[in-house]
Amino acid sequence: MSLIFIVSIVIALAAIGYVLGVRRAVSSADGDQRILHSLKGYYGQNVALTVLVPSMLVLAIWAIAQPLLIDQSVSGLLDLEEGRAQSLAMADVRRVAEGLDTAIAQGALTADAAANMDADTTDVRDLLGDIGVAIGSDVTAETLNAAQRYRGLSNTGSWARGFVVLAIALAGFAFALSRITKDFRARNIVERGVLVLLIAAASVAVLTTIGIVLSLIFNTINFLQAYPAADFFFGTRWEPSFSGRGGSSELGFLPLIWGTMFISVISLIVAVPLGLFSAIYLSEYASPRVRSIAKPMLEILAGIPTIVYGLFALLTVGPLLVSAFGQGGFFGVDWMSGGTAAMTAGLVMGIMLIPFVSSLSDDIINAVPQAMRDGSYGLGATQSETIRQVIMPAALPGIVGAILLAASRAIGETMIVVLGAGAAASLSLSPFEAMTTVTAKIVSQLTGDGEFNSPETMVAFALGMTLFVITLCLNVFALYIVRKYREQYD
Amino acid sequence: MTDLSSTEPATHRSLKVADARTKKRNAAEKRFRAYGIVAIAIGGLFLLALTYNILKAGLPAFTQYVVELEVTLTQDEFDAAESQMLKTAAYTDIFIGNFEANLEERGVEVPYDGDAIERLLGKVGGDIRSYYRENLDDIGQPVTFQLQTSSRVEGYFKGRVNRDTIVDSRFLMGSDLDIVDALRDAGVLTSRFNWAFVTGTDSGVDNPGGAGIGASAIGSFFMMLVVLFLSLPIGVAASIYLEEFAPKNRLTDLVEVNISNLAAVPSIVFGILGLSVFIQFAHLPQSAPLVGGLVLTLMTLPTIIISTRASLKSVPPSIRDAALGIGASKMQSVFHHVLPLAMPGILTGTIIGLAQALGETAPLLLIGMVGFVAREYPDGVVSGFMDPNSAMPAQIYTWAARADVGFYEKAWGGIIILLIFLLLMNALAIFLRKKFERRW
Repeated sequence: MSLIFIVSIVIALAAIGYVLGVRRAVSSADGDQRILHSLKGYYGQNVALTVLVPSMLVLAIWAIAQPLLIDQSVSGLLDLEEGRAQSLAMADVRRVAEGLDTAIAQGALTADAAANMDADTTDVRDLLGDIGVAIGSDVTAETLNAAQRYRGLSNTGSWARGFVVLAIALAGFAFALSRITKDFRARNIVERGVLVLLIAAASVAVLTTIGIVLSLIFNTINFLQAYPAADFFFGTRWEPSFSGRGGSSELGFLPLIWGTMFISVISLIVAVPLGLFSAIYLSEYASPRVRSIAKPMLEILAGIPTIVYGLFALLTVGPLLVSAFGQGGFFGVDWMSGGTAAMTAGLVMGIMLIPFVSSLSDDIINAVPQAMRDGSYGLGATQSETIRQVIMPAALPGIVGAILLAASRAIGETMIVVLGAGAAASLSLSPFEAMTTVTAKIVSQLTGDGEFNSPETMVAFALGMTLFVITLCLNVFALYIVRKYREQYD
Repeated sequence: MTDLSSTEPATHRSLKVADARTKKRNAAEKRFRAYGIVAIAIGGLFLLALTYNILKAGLPAFTQYVVELEVTLTQDEFDAAESQMLKTAAYTDIFIGNFEANLEERGVEVPYDGDAIERLLGKVGGDIRSYYRENLDDIGQPVTFQLQTSSRVEGYFKGRVNRDTIVDSRFLMGSDLDIVDALRDAGVLTSRFNWAFVTGTDSGVDNPGGAGIGASAIGSFFMMLVVLFLSLPIGVAASIYLEEFAPKNRLTDLVEVNISNLAAVPSIVFGILGLSVFIQFAHLPQSAPLVGGLVLTLMTLPTIIISTRASLKSVPPSIRDAALGIGASKMQSVFHHVLPLAMPGILTGTIIGLAQALGETAPLLLIGMVGFVAREYPDGVVSGFMDPNSAMPAQIYTWAARADVGFYEKAWGGIIILLIFLLLMNALAIFLRKKFERRW
């Protein structure tokens, strides 16, 4: 039974349940709605919720559990050790099984023929190739057997899933309907149910964090088992081999974090003064008219997708910088040989970060009480003296928080560095050389052709883990400062 | 007071004449102000430069150069061509015959040969043959063909190729440009709006002229559907709980800190989450808009929760109190009164969150939506969600990463379309806010 079919039946059942529930409630009160405990709609909602929630929950759990159980049972047939060979073999089995399904759907095979096919007498690969399913290698008897078992189990599983889910839905339907009397406290029960759903929704955010942490931790542990931790954290060379063997790869973390920090610092050197002065001007000097134009203008910069900045860095800023600092360039120095460099990415990222710094600082400067300004003016200070000597010191913790948030953005930014910073990992001191960052290498290691379980690919998770930890620390610290600061003047 | 006057000898200065120190302070004041103006001006200038650059580099992608030619194919010619061994060559000859007649009619005199035609227009014979084989009724009637010029010829019109730098190759010879100029002067070669770019599918790596963003826009659309239908209900429900029902305790604090941190987690980390949970663990198909939508949902959820909570908070407590006062339950006061009043703010926040998700690229790279050539439209709704597709920003990245310079123009053109969508969504959000905003 297909998923859509089951879901639509359950929804239809819930709708019928709503109508019947309302009717039954009204008739139990002999048509006099005033003597019902709750408004009549609640009786219907109670039935609908009792039908929907448990059955959908079971469906979701089933959808996750079934593939896992089937994999386990089928991989027993393959007689292989745990690990890479097994996961590859399972991928083959799944492809053959899907191919058989397609063959049946197209009418090239009957269901019986597919179930009783023998790898010794039929060339399964040719047969599936004819209907457009390409299989990498010849299908062995073992694989075909496993694929048939896989299909059988999936088939049984999906029927069982249908029956169980529908049975639960029907049971809920009958149970909820049978409970309806005029004194039944439907509203209280519905409200309790809704509250549980609200809590479930709120916990999605927590589950996301847990999911991130778990997926990073497990894969990082896998990586560190295949590659020595000391070499990863303190290695100064980043030279992954492309063969996927792992032995000859050098996966040192230092050049990547160096590139990340270098580019982030350049971007902050651009963004902090520009953002801070913009914020000061907007909050202290600008007339409401100027403010109403300039503030949205800066915020547009924050709304532009990073791919646009990346393309701008790659195709416009890079060549421009080369024509200024490259060989035969405007300044007559030969510092830059290619358009992709730390400077290119840093400059563009700096522009992107201006609104992050400016709008947060703007809020914080505005939160400094007017009395402090008035006191300073009263003593004869000019406006700029007031800003430098009174407002800035008062707002400093908040502004530091804003800068830290911007730094965490810069460290985690991906598209600008993927397109603008280059691909070579180096520990260079020159901002005009190509550099690479943690994020750029996560992308290149996970989108490459490497096998999934090789250290070259798994290293991306370790990189992701360090990235997550660094930005998390920065964020927690920055948010703590900002929050603390807001409380101070509230 | 007497001490003060005695230590400082009285100087007789007019207040109207500023002394050196005052001048210095006033100058510092002016400088400080100028720094602010300069900072904002730099931001503005950059925005202008970016806009100018996008338009200059991207608008040519919307123009296409075609050769318009009326061809009349008789039944005899058709039969004769179909009976030959080299069928497309036969059609090419027919085309050249027509082309010659056409040029003579217009009085254009320019030397050319069959190879030149192929360099300029690609395999015309194949195009014409496949047209007539599908439209047998049109045989014997005049048919106007619009044949797209090759990407090199387009490059000539768009300034990528010029007469000084051209190197003769099998793709384009210097002499071909004379033909091109003559054809343009005669009005045979014209430019028109490139619908194929807006509605088309991606092409192979060697054909930038035929690439279109339509299929990946569909992919983006299905992703946005997933994001909208998951993140709006979940986000609103979570915000209602946290804002209205959650007890003030450590657990709630933890959830709140968690949400504000999640909003600042780098987007690429969500890509890693999507890869390992949805693809590795749950075996959902790679490159499917469903998976992209799920990842983007998790990413936009914190944004939506934060803005929804702000708009729930802005509904005054008196509304809740009034509802409770006439006997509504807490749940009823929230769902019947607070939520409807907060709805405009929630919608605005949701649209802005969707706009953010639409432009996000990094997580999509990790779940395999890049490097994938979106050659086909999805067949239906299910295939729209489940079949591999690209998304607009991923498609732009793919083009930017290709070697052929012709694709850069497509990437910029794609950015124009992406930005138009973002602009429309933000305009809608501003419109909703202006129309329904309520100050209490």
